[in-house]
Parts: sequence; structure tokens; C-alpha cells
Amino acid sequence: MTLQNDAPFTIAGRNFSSRLLVGTGKYKDFDETGAAIAESGAEIVTFAVRRTNLGQEAGPNLLDVISPSRYTLLPNTAGCYTAKDAVRTCRLARELLDGHKLVKLEVLGDETTLYPNVVETLKAAETLLADGFDVMVYTSDDPIVARELEAMGCCAIMPLGSLIGSGHGIQNPHNVRLIVEQSSVPVLVDAGIGTASDAAMAMELGCDGVLLNTAIAHARDPLRMARAMKSAVEAGRDAFLAGRMPRRQTADPSSPFAGRING
Amino acid sequence: MHIQLNGEPYTLEAGLTAADLIDQLALTGRRVAVEINEEIVPRSQLATTRLAEDDQVEVVHAIGGG
Repeated sequence: MTLQNDAPFTIAGRNFSSRLLVGTGKYKDFDETGAAIAESGAEIVTFAVRRTNLGQEAGPNLLDVISPSRYTLLPNTAGCYTAKDAVRTCRLARELLDGHKLVKLEVLGDETTLYPNVVETLKAAETLLADGFDVMVYTSDDPIVARELEAMGCCAIMPLGSLIGSGHGIQNPHNVRLIVEQSSVPVLVDAGIGTASDAAMAMELGCDGVLLNTAIAHARDPLRMARAMKSAVEAGRDAFLAGRMPRRQTADPSSPFAGRING
Repeated sequence: MHIQLNGEPYTLEAGLTAADLIDQLALTGRRVAVEINEEIVPRSQLATTRLAEDDQVEVVHAIGGG
């Protein structure tokens, strides 16, 4: 017997072997950022676009640490609260990366929850798709909104597990499962992952991938947590493909009854 | 000449181009993107784009984020 290979993980026409996507925020320094990302095995790495600090000595650049030749870069619109700002940010990112089309769209509702503002997200997605962007979209775990975003042409649907940076895991696995079952484009849990079992759970629900940042960056040992996340995503994916055993109300011995010495 | 640069007032000589501004900011050769009055200025056009009074200029770069 031999194990069948998994289907490739495809985003916007490109195949990837890692189903773990990571952010670059909240690390102690660029050395830790680079080492943790390398340890995670991630191939797609997200970053933010911000005003340059004027009048300060320019230090090392993030893009020297996560080189565009090694990683598929995923600029995000974190911090945008309107469709207009998100679209401007994506256009700046495209210029920054010499015509790069893949973006992570997130339009947030308020600073307390960072919950997606789906009305503005839908508006921004429409403009970006018309402008030729490949849009991976952060959204609520609402299957109807997810279906709408897919119908518009988004290349990946990314419902939150729980609030960004909260580490509360997947609060509504049933909704995530509904989104997975109805979608023909990749579904990734983006936000809320706190530890390895949360990432494994996302994959066991049938998600195509997981995007996380704080769970690694704010672990006591980020490099070890990066490795844990890599293993968890792989284990969860294998468990999903394998298909779990049915649950039973009563015990079912693994050793046969027949031939017991007390029989 | 006065412009708004990254949300702050900034004074510079009249007649300068966006490339001159980037040079003044010691950002030449750095990976940045420039927007003037909410329109992207492609890198290839920085040297030919003249700044005007009250322009709203944004100069951005990549930073860590999730």
C-alpha cells in the first residue's frame, strides 16, 4: 500500500506545498521574523503598507528579510476602515512590488474588535477585482457573505476563527464548515488561531489553509511555535483527508474478545 | 512651496520633482511607493512628475503586519 499524494494547494493559479501562511508583525526584531518564518515553512507571507518614517535614519527593510525571490508576498490592508483606503493601499502595494497582483483585503469595523466591515469589504473587493487584483479576502464567518465574495471573483475566502490577535481559536466551527462545503475557491481561517490545536482544527474542518501571526510572534518561543504550527497544519490536513472514525456512545475494544484466558 | 507629506506639512523648493523629494528624504534606491493626491506615481515617472503647491504626497514602504 502507498499513501496517495494530496492535491496541490493553489492560490490564484500558483501551486504551494505549505498550507500555512504567516504574518510578519509583532516580532522582536527582523532576525526573529526571518527565523520564525523560515521555521514555519510558510511560502506565502503577509505584510502591511505604512508611511515611511521621515527624518529618521532608514534601517533595514522588511523586504530584505522576506525576500520576494524566496516568498510569495501578500500585502495586506490591515488598518483600513473604508473601501477607499483599502483600494489605495492595494494600489500602493502593487507599485511597491512592481506590479504584484495578489493582495489580502481586510476592511475593519472598529478598533476594539477589528471585526470585518463586510459592507466596505464587498465594495473594495468589487473595485480591486475590476482593477485586475487577485483578492484573498478576510471576512466574517457568515456563509452568505462568503458566497457573495466568491461569486464576485475573490481567489480565497478567509473567515476569522475569532477576533484578530485574540488567540481564542475557532469560535464557530459549524460556520467554517458550511463555508468550506459551499466554496470552490480555497478557504483559509485567518485570525484567532492561538495554538497548534486551533490550526489543526481549522484543517480538520476541511479548510485549505491557515493564516496566522500573533500565535507565533507572541509565543514564549516563537521559533518552536512556528514549527508546531507547521506540524499542526500538516497533521490536521492529513486527518481531514483520512476521514475521522465515527463517534460512539459506548466503548469498543481494540483487542478481540475471542481467545481471552478468562473466556 | 508647501506640501503635505505623509500627513504633515513639509516645505521644499518650488519646481522639484517627486524623485528630488525622494532624494531629499534619503530614500533613493529604497523600496518605496509614492502617491500624489491619491494617484499612484509609477517609479518610472518619479523623475518627470513635478510637485505643486498643496500636493498631498504619501511615501510608503513595507512593514511587519499580519
